[in-house]
Amino acid sequence: MTKQKLVKMDYAAGKPVDPRVIEAMLPFMQDMFGNPSSISSLGQGAKKGLDEARKKVAELINAERQESVIFTSGATESNNLAIKGVANRSRDRGTKIITSTVEHMSVVNPVKYLTTKGFESVLLPVDKYGIIDLNSLENELDEKTILVTIVFANNEIGTIEPIKEISRIVHSKNSILHVDATAASGQIPIDVKELGIDLMTISSNDMYGPKGAGALYVKEGVRIEPLIHGGGQEKGIRSGTENVSGIVGFGKAAEVAKQEMKEYGDRLTRLRDSLIRGLTESIPYAFLNGHPTERLPDNVSVRYSFIEGESMLLSLEMNGVIASSGSACTSKTLEPSHVLLATGLKHEEAHGSLMLTLGKQNTQEEVDYVIELMPGIVKRLRAISPLTPKELKG
Amino acid sequence: MYTDKVMEHFKNPRNMGEITDPDGVGTVGNPVCGDLMTIYIKVKDNRIAEIKFKTFGCGAAIATSSMTTELAKGKTLEEALNITRADVAASLDGLPPVKMHCSNLAADALHAAIKDYREKNETKHEVNK
Repeated sequence: MTKQKLVKMDYAAGKPVDPRVIEAMLPFMQDMFGNPSSISSLGQGAKKGLDEARKKVAELINAERQESVIFTSGATESNNLAIKGVANRSRDRGTKIITSTVEHMSVVNPVKYLTTKGFESVLLPVDKYGIIDLNSLENELDEKTILVTIVFANNEIGTIEPIKEISRIVHSKNSILHVDATAASGQIPIDVKELGIDLMTISSNDMYGPKGAGALYVKEGVRIEPLIHGGGQEKGIRSGTENVSGIVGFGKAAEVAKQEMKEYGDRLTRLRDSLIRGLTESIPYAFLNGHPTERLPDNVSVRYSFIEGESMLLSLEMNGVIASSGSACTSKTLEPSHVLLATGLKHEEAHGSLMLTLGKQNTQEEVDYVIELMPGIVKRLRAISPLTPKELKG
Repeated sequence: MYTDKVMEHFKNPRNMGEITDPDGVGTVGNPVCGDLMTIYIKVKDNRIAEIKFKTFGCGAAIATSSMTTELAKGKTLEEALNITRADVAASLDGLPPVKMHCSNLAADALHAAIKDYREKNETKHEVNK
């Protein structure tokens, strides 16, 4: 039952830091420990590291200038800064915020919080693939709408949203578009200028940089209020001495991501499609969650009728495979994933979901191993389940 | 997350399956919540002679079903009715707090199966009278 080497397919939850990133970070934890706000040579060395990182992150997303990148502690802070920052700044203009039913909790909850402070929120529905309904966006958008906040690509089902179209609609009514590109960071090409994005959240760890670093892209001319007040760092938008080594690592990760994105994306897409085929084609009542092609290269989300996700995870782990699930039983709330429910799945279908997210380290051999393993696991759990129809027994 | 005993019962569930002509059947839970359990019993001389289960749910749901059937087998109906959720959890060396409620329903399914058996028998007695 036990396999010596662990097969990790839960990279969306956390990624190892690229060795080249670690190497770039080390000097900033040792010799160049200065405060970038200080004018001493020690401080200026740190500032140089910070500036270079800003340039690399700006290049990754094709920002018009490096000053448009505001460093934060990570994607959750960036989402909060964008949403509350716009709301607090634009209150006089309106109180309506449009978002969708497939957002991450770090967007869901700031928006929910604002509704307790006099703002109004509208949640756009999605189709069965998780793609946002553009007609609803057009209908809901009005002069009172101060912000539209939409995920670039969903972290659970991998679906990539039509950001260019969304941007066109949002700007036709002169509203502001914030895009949460956390899961997409470093995985797929993102050009903020071409797409017409006003604010965008980017994450370091999602591109093999250290945790505790992230950024908010703020287009020139877009005004937001800070969340954290203090010494006026990051153009006054995010005070506090910068996490220099973390940000330098983030910069290096962005540089590597830009250089290797094509090769990395192509390789992961092949592994992803091989895994999706293997996990759905040879097993009856197996389905793909999310869009088949408009999809992040790393994301595989499937569901099996009549069985439950956590028991699949345990069975996989018994065989040395680490994955995750959209099942209630793996969450703190005991509710199945709101993203899966938003795509129209029934509760019992969402409970039967299994998510495998690939990383740089995964191989075709590992993919083949999981494909070989899964039919037996599904068959065993279906034999135990009272919901399994007669024709599947035996 | 789980104790070795829970994992052992998850890997090798005892008394898994159906009884085609049961004396009593109890089902609790709901697939919407992610847990559904059915327990089938055969009763002989007021004792549980045979017991089987079927469960849709997480690892804890499967392990508690398995353990409940182990605890109930051979017991008198009165003894079986005294088996509680807490007994089942304790016999598995404990469950994570979040699993104590929703995934620990098998004792209820057992009680429902006994109730079902008694109701059927009362009807039989009444018919015989």
